Amino acid sequence: MKTNMISGMQSSRFFPRRLALSMASLLLVTQPLLADVAYVSNEKDDTLSVIDLDTYEVTATLDVGQRPRGIILSKDQSKLYICASDSDTVQVMDLATHRIIKELPSGEDPEQFALHPNNRHLYISNEDDALATVVDTETNEVLAQIDVGVEPEGMAVSPDGKIAVNTSETTNMVHWIDTESMQLVDNTLVDQRPRHAEFSKDSKVLWVSSEIGATVSVIDVATRQISHKIDFKIRGVHPDKVQPVGIKLSDDGQYAFVALGPANHVAVIDTATYEVIDYILVGRRVWHMAFNADQSLLLTTNGISGDVSIIDIAKMKAIKTVKVGRYPWGVVVKTTEAKTK
Amino acid sequence: MTYKISLTAHYTKQKRRALCRAWLSMLLAVPAMLLSTVILADVTTKIGYLAQEIDTGPVLSNILPEPEDAGLRGVDLAINDSNTTGKFLKQSFVLDAFSDENSERIIERAQHMYQEGIHSFVVNLPASTLNTLSNSLPNDVLILNAGAKDDQLRQTNCPKNTLHTIPSRAMLTDALGQWLKARRLTDLLLITGPTDDDQAYTAAIKRAANRYGLKIVAEKAWDFDTDLRRTAQREMPLFTQTKEYDIVVVADERGDFGEYVLYNTWYPRPVVGTQGLTPVTWHRVVEQWGAAQLQKRFEKLTGRWMGEKDYAAWAAVRTIAEAVTRTNSEDVQVLKSYIASDAFELAGFKGRKLNFRSWNGQLRQPIALIHPRSLVSQSPQEGFLHPVSELDTLGFDKPESQCRVLERF
Repeated sequence: MKTNMISGMQSSRFFPRRLALSMASLLLVTQPLLADVAYVSNEKDDTLSVIDLDTYEVTATLDVGQRPRGIILSKDQSKLYICASDSDTVQVMDLATHRIIKELPSGEDPEQFALHPNNRHLYISNEDDALATVVDTETNEVLAQIDVGVEPEGMAVSPDGKIAVNTSETTNMVHWIDTESMQLVDNTLVDQRPRHAEFSKDSKVLWVSSEIGATVSVIDVATRQISHKIDFKIRGVHPDKVQPVGIKLSDDGQYAFVALGPANHVAVIDTATYEVIDYILVGRRVWHMAFNADQSLLLTTNGISGDVSIIDIAKMKAIKTVKVGRYPWGVVVKTTEAKTK
Repeated sequence: MTYKISLTAHYTKQKRRALCRAWLSMLLAVPAMLLSTVILADVTTKIGYLAQEIDTGPVLSNILPEPEDAGLRGVDLAINDSNTTGKFLKQSFVLDAFSDENSERIIERAQHMYQEGIHSFVVNLPASTLNTLSNSLPNDVLILNAGAKDDQLRQTNCPKNTLHTIPSRAMLTDALGQWLKARRLTDLLLITGPTDDDQAYTAAIKRAANRYGLKIVAEKAWDFDTDLRRTAQREMPLFTQTKEYDIVVVADERGDFGEYVLYNTWYPRPVVGTQGLTPVTWHRVVEQWGAAQLQKRFEKLTGRWMGEKDYAAWAAVRTIAEAVTRTNSEDVQVLKSYIASDAFELAGFKGRKLNFRSWNGQLRQPIALIHPRSLVSQSPQEGFLHPVSELDTLGFDKPESQCRVLERF
């Protein structure tokens, strides 16, 4: 399968690399290999697609609750949390057996969520009720419900565990929640329809995408003020089609990747200068993204084309498209031992 | 899930009137209730809603009438949305709503509202009442038209201090014309009903046909008075036996006979216009771009589907509220200049940011083309280009309009 992927590239200038890679893949065949596995939620199919990241093939399609959107892994990667929006629940899947082992009280219409570093407290946005719900994943207890703006969507907890943020799409704000008291402490107004929030690894900077405003706001966590605003221009794409949604920051602190929705591109931003350095063409209406374990690949869900694009970070190019279900929404990658060899 | 779409369908006219009166008394109670809860807010914006009840006369197809509170419930939802946002900014929004059959009483009430400090109005009025209203209020007001689709309001008579969140007929028929052109359905049979509105729709269709190189091969005026519910199968084929056409365009805004044209034409051809494939501001089948969320919120609040007047009224209140949020002011002049500026953008669940045309105050917006159970397409169609905004291929572009409304805002 690896050779397939490589022969898909047209140019002969890749030849030396090609040779090296195919030799590498020959070597790998001799080892008992477990590859990374991606899970993709298919909003209009009520399923998850499981993609083997060694073969880039869908190995299983799993039935879950209605309208699955946000998905995240537990910190030990043994469980998958699934926002089953129209079932009004968060499902917990045991990844060893692919069985749903329990359902958490999530509040109505859960869309996105974030897990606190303590691996217990799940912060869930309830889109229909203008609420954020905090659930203890071990005791199934609802610890708090916090009033936020209209259509809460993006949810993130800072890596140091101190702050949770929620973005509300119609209120156009970032709501700052103190995780100790579970109370709202402040709000920051951003551009139209904030969809997603992502903290930097050091918890000092928050990145927020505004889908209709067509910008990404970079916010200083200490002052809760916007320090930079990034906008996007792609040749041949109408500015109205540039609609930032998903954000991923590379662990080395070098890049931010922003999925631009119906512009069908992922923007690559240099985090030192906040300049857009590249636009990578992917499938239609790109929504959310996930890295593989060593961050050599970035996966994107493409809602309208119903597939997942796989970007090679070294090449800054999509190298493969994998067909999944209808309206793929969220994606996570589970690491396996093979990668840590 | 079951949907109740025709809450008032089986009510007799008297019962409907009674219901309407009950509604009105509830409406009067609402502002008082809201006022008591908003004392803590730093910025309180009062919004007046005015609606004129129009009797369109009896129709043959009376199965799914427009709800009595079309428009008003869109305002209600937008006020709720805006107050949720407002509580984080110490801003609140208060509604004073009034509905009547008589235009003079509406103008009187509007003047009274102005005296009470209301400077922002969302209106669901016919063009003539809207013009009178615009002339009878001082300059420090903002009027948002969420009901009248008349082309003249955007082209020649340009009421001052007025923006339009409801699309003009020309926008709707341009959206349809682009789709017909893209599908290469160029030979039209045009059937027009007897009312002034139907004539206006037909005029807009002719303008679109001219713009997009469509040919009206035959034209018919609907003047039958038989009960088509029983005889459509016999009457309609003969009525539509003309020179051969690709498509039938119906202009029947109140839904009198148009529903009976489908599947009954002489040539087996699709029906578009006010029936069949219809260009609309909004409809239940619109669910992309987060619209599913708005639809759900509306349904939860009202128990019915969100219609185009509800959407236009919702967008009108959201326009005011967005300006209040960004300027932190309730001063109508501050709001007007913000709305007229390049900074203004409205997230309207239509897949792109919306703003107003500087010449005629029309909200730029994509138009959905629907049939009652699904979305067929959305205009502007790909390939219809414009140097400034593709959305300006729909309706009256600057050179086609005499209006310069926002320049005097």
